[in-house]
Amino acid sequence: MRTAGLLVALLAALAAGWAFAAGRTAKPAVVIEKPGNCVEATEVMRRDHMKLLLHQRDRTTREGIRTRPHSLTGCIDCHASAKTGSVLGEQGFCQSCHAYAGVTLDCWECHTPKARAQTAGAAQ
Amino acid sequence: MNPATRRGFIGTAAAALAGVALAPGVRLIEFAAARAPAEPASAKLRWGLLIDTTKCAAGCNDCVKACNEENGLKSTGRPRTDAQWIRKIDLKEPKTGRQHSAPVMCQHCAHPPCVDVCPTGASFKRADGIVLVDRHTCIGCRYCVMACPYKARSFVHENLTDQKPDVPRGKGCVEGCTLCVHRIDRGQGTTACAEACAKAGHEAITFGDLNDPASAIARRLRELPNRALRADLRLDPGVRYAGV
Repeated sequence: MRTAGLLVALLAALAAGWAFAAGRTAKPAVVIEKPGNCVEATEVMRRDHMKLLLHQRDRTTREGIRTRPHSLTGCIDCHASAKTGSVLGEQGFCQSCHAYAGVTLDCWECHTPKARAQTAGAAQ
Repeated sequence: MNPATRRGFIGTAAAALAGVALAPGVRLIEFAAARAPAEPASAKLRWGLLIDTTKCAAGCNDCVKACNEENGLKSTGRPRTDAQWIRKIDLKEPKTGRQHSAPVMCQHCAHPPCVDVCPTGASFKRADGIVLVDRHTCIGCRYCVMACPYKARSFVHENLTDQKPDVPRGKGCVEGCTLCVHRIDRGQGTTACAEACAKAGHEAITFGDLNDPASAIARRLRELPNRALRADLRLDPGVRYAGV
């Protein structure tokens, strides 16, 4: 019985690995158009960007500190796609990863996903 | 003391009283007028507006238009539910027939009722006296809309797109005049409404630091008879009106 269980687990793991290798699971498209140094190391940004944003959000709203590095507008200005001018969309820097991870993005209910220059250009 | 020396002495004394710089970069009393962008808002300042209704023109809507443009407030075509951060009101004294017009917006009270009633702490007063809504914690209950005696708060009923990068806004939150807080934090030193009013040639709106006796607003507050709207409520608003 135990052997059967192990076998099933092994098969499942193999199947998952095969599916991933064969590209059946959509991988996030992390397109970095402006390569260079991000505000923190890539590993820190991958794991903790939401914590940095949360901290900065309170400092900005409550205390009026709008300086970078950890401001959301800073992220958008750098990471918005040159094509769409936005961090959303299928290849969008934020959306592609969040869609893959299944994490809802609430920022864009209020914040504009478009880079400042793009927004200013649209207004003019 | 000969007259020339005495005049010099009086001049120096006047400069000292007004807190004017005696030498470049040297002041007897330092007013924290400009704050470094990385510093938090300071309680040494209190931002406010003076509205001179004798200069405000009836029928002129420039301040409202400028506010809408600055903050990205667009009409949905349903004016009853559109957000309104600033509005023009026309007053008439029935006995004398005297009329005046004035813009009314969030009065940025020192004792704001909207903050008192907010169940989540989303409605708050910043250290420099600006009353704001933290949309991250606003649940859209609209208690503050009910509590505000100036009808200064609006609720966003519909999904929005194309917000201004500096002015995030969204459905389900309450909002109101921010005293152009993004401009203040950038050190621009004027609001969109005051700028538009000056551009229209009326100069009915003066923006500035109420705590700085040398500021234009403090000087005009000393010179002009002025009052707070609904002064009986003793909310100590940061927006004051002359000529009403």
